Amino acid sequence: MVQRKNGAKEEGDDADKSDDPECRVMDGAPLPALADDAEPRVTVKSTCAYCGVGCGVLLTPDGKGGLEVRGDPDHPANRGRLCSKGSALGETVGLAHRLLAPVVNGRATGWDDALQLVADRFRETIAEHGPDAVALYVSGQLLTEDYYVANKLAKGFMGTANIDTNSRLCMASTVAGQRRAFGTDTVPQTYEDLEEADLIVLVGSNMAWCHPVLYQRVLAARAARRTKIVVVDPRRTASCDGADLRLALEPGSDVALFNRLLADLYEGGALDATFLRHTEGFDETLAQAMNDDISVTGLAEEDVQAFVRLWRDNEKVVTVFSQGVNQSSAGSDKVNAILNCHLATGRIGKPGCGPLSVTGQPNAMGGREVGGLANMLACHLDLENADHRAAVRDFWGCDRVPEAPGLKAVDMFRAVGDGRIKALWVIHTNPAVSMPDADAVREAIRGCDFVVVSDVTAATDTARLADVLLPATAWGEKSGTVTNSDRTISRQRAVLPAPGLTRPDWAQLAEVGRRMGFKNAFDYASEAEIFREYAALSGIAGRFGKDFDISGLAGLDRAGYDALPPVRWPVSATRTGGRFFADGQFYHADGKARLVPVAWRPPVAKVGPRYPFRLNTGRIRDQWHTMTRTALSPRLAAHLAEPFLEIHPEDAADLGIGLADLCVLDSPQGRAILRARITDDVLRGQVFAPMHWTGETAPAARIDAVVAPVVDPVSGQPESKASVVKVSRMQAAWYGFAVSARNVTPTGDYWARAVTKAGHRVEMAGYAAPPNWETAAREMFGLAQAEVSILEDRAAGSARLAFREAGRLVAVLFVSPGPVAVMRDYLVQMPEVPDLTLLSGRAPADRPDPGVVVCACFDVGMNTILRAIESDGLVSVDEIGKALQAGTNCGSCRPELAALLTRVQTQTEQTPVRPTSPNLTQPKEAAE
Amino acid sequence: MAAGRVLEHLTEEAPDRFEITLFNAEPRGTYNRIMLSPVLSGEKTYEQIVTHDADWYARRGVTCRFGERVLSIDTQARVVEAEHGQVSYDRLILATGSAPFIVPVPGHRLPGVLAYRDLDDTDRMISAARPGARAVVIGGGLLGLEAAAGLRARGMAVTVLHLMDHLMERQLDPEAGALLKEDQERKGIDVILDAATEEIAGKTRAEAVVLKDGREIPCDIVVMAVGIRPSFQLAQTAGIACGRAITVDAQMRTQVPGVYALGECVEFNGALFGLVAPLYDQARVLAHELTGVADAFVPRELATKLKVTGCDLFSAGDFTGGDGREEIVFRDPSARIYKRLVLERGRLIGAIIYGDVTGANWLHQLIQEGRDVSTMRETLIFGPDAQGTDGLSRSSLAA
Repeated sequence: MVQRKNGAKEEGDDADKSDDPECRVMDGAPLPALADDAEPRVTVKSTCAYCGVGCGVLLTPDGKGGLEVRGDPDHPANRGRLCSKGSALGETVGLAHRLLAPVVNGRATGWDDALQLVADRFRETIAEHGPDAVALYVSGQLLTEDYYVANKLAKGFMGTANIDTNSRLCMASTVAGQRRAFGTDTVPQTYEDLEEADLIVLVGSNMAWCHPVLYQRVLAARAARRTKIVVVDPRRTASCDGADLRLALEPGSDVALFNRLLADLYEGGALDATFLRHTEGFDETLAQAMNDDISVTGLAEEDVQAFVRLWRDNEKVVTVFSQGVNQSSAGSDKVNAILNCHLATGRIGKPGCGPLSVTGQPNAMGGREVGGLANMLACHLDLENADHRAAVRDFWGCDRVPEAPGLKAVDMFRAVGDGRIKALWVIHTNPAVSMPDADAVREAIRGCDFVVVSDVTAATDTARLADVLLPATAWGEKSGTVTNSDRTISRQRAVLPAPGLTRPDWAQLAEVGRRMGFKNAFDYASEAEIFREYAALSGIAGRFGKDFDISGLAGLDRAGYDALPPVRWPVSATRTGGRFFADGQFYHADGKARLVPVAWRPPVAKVGPRYPFRLNTGRIRDQWHTMTRTALSPRLAAHLAEPFLEIHPEDAADLGIGLADLCVLDSPQGRAILRARITDDVLRGQVFAPMHWTGETAPAARIDAVVAPVVDPVSGQPESKASVVKVSRMQAAWYGFAVSARNVTPTGDYWARAVTKAGHRVEMAGYAAPPNWETAAREMFGLAQAEVSILEDRAAGSARLAFREAGRLVAVLFVSPGPVAVMRDYLVQMPEVPDLTLLSGRAPADRPDPGVVVCACFDVGMNTILRAIESDGLVSVDEIGKALQAGTNCGSCRPELAALLTRVQTQTEQTPVRPTSPNLTQPKEAAE
Repeated sequence: MAAGRVLEHLTEEAPDRFEITLFNAEPRGTYNRIMLSPVLSGEKTYEQIVTHDADWYARRGVTCRFGERVLSIDTQARVVEAEHGQVSYDRLILATGSAPFIVPVPGHRLPGVLAYRDLDDTDRMISAARPGARAVVIGGGLLGLEAAAGLRARGMAVTVLHLMDHLMERQLDPEAGALLKEDQERKGIDVILDAATEEIAGKTRAEAVVLKDGREIPCDIVVMAVGIRPSFQLAQTAGIACGRAITVDAQMRTQVPGVYALGECVEFNGALFGLVAPLYDQARVLAHELTGVADAFVPRELATKLKVTGCDLFSAGDFTGGDGREEIVFRDPSARIYKRLVLERGRLIGAIIYGDVTGANWLHQLIQEGRDVSTMRETLIFGPDAQGTDGLSRSSLAA
């Protein structure tokens, strides 16, 4: 049994003497209450683990291993707000899935063995094959201190620039675009600009779902000052609800749109000639812009003109851009097309006015500042600059630093695949799922000579391939800093004891550094000490004229570090916080900005008869990345419990894909199977799939297995949103749905599992049914002895089975030749569901089916909301909130509540008499 | 029961139309035979199962000649000859019912060999039923099992012998029959299947039943419950056309003018009738015929919904399997529930339910209507409340 110790964790390199290594790694048992839980409850300020908004949280451990989580009213990013994911953080701190001891070749061991092996193998590989035969692949979820040590170890002491990060999949195009334009990778704006703007343009950003707290700030600002909102996105998302203008442009055509904007602003005399004096490249840029053809966007001319008018008439415009811009083979050009418009109008770095890139990870920004990417050095210093290299070398006390950039993520895994990289250390990321051409990447990692994975769980697609697994402390247990999307550095603080043998990443990295022979360079006693060194190095950068300078924090003692409130960089003798570039001072050698001539080019992969659909990928509201944390929360799983494919109704009809059928996606790279969600949110010829599901949660739905490994030539960022695919209906012989009190080993060619309050739920389908469902179900549920009730219709191919142990319901399986039609949201309440009605799959009249969860905070289902709207005559989102609480906490579901209101109103107008029996073939919820 | 029912209709709908004389060989009025089982088991008394007694008939002006056997009928003269004198008639209704079939094995006339048909049989069994005494019931149909349960309730050691390989084979399939057998055995009733009786042994009275395989089951009484035979000898002797029973048309008319028949003693379109529902239909039709209201007897698809010695079961339609037939089967061994539906060309044609008969009437209705149930296949078992698409939205089809 795994439990959190309330005392200090036991340090030391003693090997774990457990005879049963598995028991330390995986344990499904719930946490027991500890005897000494009477200690006073202390609330600690920290930062959320998820997206780049960087919300402050107040954490109160319950003394039993659990955690109460609230928004920090004093944090400038969120002022007390939290989204559904942040609100559910407390549900994710259990130890059931944690990796608690180092594992070498599948056997639990101690730190001494594990880290000595890592140090030896890396040292030997470097000695034998050179420094570029090793690589680190790290993550925007590392804290800055961890990141700093990783970067120092790779570039300073292993001697390789082969350290790249999953930020390559996320922010690299923005980094490249900002560096091209500003001479530095700096976000000029602050979040307050969202409140000060008159016009907010969301480009490739589903802010309502991906950065919900910022979206709530936008909605509040709009309510207060009638801020206008434009959404540029091929797909209708929750962020489009209530937008003044929606531009559903062709995927990848953003450059043409912003080139047209620049040209029209020029022709309309709306450019800022004074500010243009702080820039170079205007003429070529304008010429290029005027040369582009807006028709490639597929937008109606009046919409384009409306957009231009809004831009022209509103001085205070903030362009928020995210993955729809970055994840493109033209990502850097898209960023520059946007920045060109802001620079040419002088609308930058002023209150309510400027470009604001929002990042997907809690510390992608920290990683960029640290320099933890293959083409950076450290603290905004340049790898290519000999003076910078020399300064860093002297500061670190190493022999040399690499002169050339290392391999960026896609190239790095190609090098892993072809054997050039022989030792790989992956830290807190899941490239076997998240990289494009993910099946090939998985095979590359599998084939690598030596793979180290640091993580909080062994249950990831990547961790399963590791030779050495290193158990890290998780969010809530570790301490350090993160930087959010508006340059605010916040502390993450430890409130829970480190379980088992887990250690912070910096400690793991530093120990390997010491064991590789660099004792002095990695002689850190605490994260505060690392932060001081890092802040000091930034002072050197500052002396080179770099903007990233936090040397004002280099003197923080432990107490000062522990007490550090959120602070926006820079923090130097001369400057603290604020915005950048309004003064026309940029960071190219000449102090000027660059307008970058960019021309539209289509996505690399072309649709054609063989692959006629354009595949867009993205996030959903209540999951994050590869779900290693969010999948632990039942209420987050309840929103969208299964991977899906959004497809236009006419495309679905052409392909014979019906409501809730499964679809097979084929691309030149691979295959994925997903549940159809027939909706006109996507345009014809386009399909959308979420990126979250993995070998652990839905092994046939690893969407990156079908994504092509095509990258932006400047940033190296993959084109994750514009692959081409064929779509067909899965010719499944059977569909299944199961609910189980215990873990399930699903069967079938497709399955997806999620947690429920009392166990697990699984969707399944297969090309051939097992010969005997009872046998198959007993295996699936691990119930060899349980009593079973079976309903079987062999001719139709349907079966329903319920298993009981000692009279108590423990598992239920529904099998059908088509999509299983049962009230899932009722059944997942099992075992509370009354036994008698269970196999009917229907809620009894006195316990109506709540429907799929819309409000995750208060667990309010769609049917409950629809019933309340209809029976109580609710007419606004606020009235729904008063009646049901839905939408009154994090607000993430408010766009969906508005859509439900619209649906009821539309139905009432169209059909005064409600049909008594809505036809299932009418996708009533197609627009949800 | 048929006679009581038809007279009830007649005296209500046309109280003064006929002068009525009722003969009954049993020395009593009309009672509910179906309720003899609780009388046997002691849960009810005879008085509690009487439906129409002498007083009831007296109030309706019916002359009762109970305990008097009818000897002959002269259909030409329209006269009935009974033990105590003649009665002439304008209209004659024959409701002579049926008689238990006694298997003509050696020893079947020995004292202690009983039938189970009327109150007298029931009284004989009750008087023979001493705790510790042994009874053999021949026949594992509904009647036999009721007799067995009643005797067991009175403390006897009971063995049921059944010729077929499972109990109630006309209503149940082997699996439901097996459940029923287990439930009998749980009550302490022994059941022997494939049991062909060779003879009833005994010197002065029944002492044992000997099976063809040589087994001998010692006993104090033997109850024959292997079936009934329509009683139509009186009609046949009077020259009224008979086949397997008295032939009637849809108005319950025999082929002799002025003579009608109903109940277990009639044959209509080749069918005989043993259950109460068609019998009541016939009573209604006959009353209408006699009062000049147009009506016709239409045999209904027969369903059996029974509580056999505490076990709920339901059986309707054709539940034999075979080519072109598809089955939906539900088994809940721990709750001792078994349901089997038989479909042909998308239509429900038969059903057997053991243990939980909720929704059985609806299934019976579906069988009678013969409508296509293809879209309801997955939820048929769960009854009418689980049908339709109300409340099933997209989120019901997939997560």
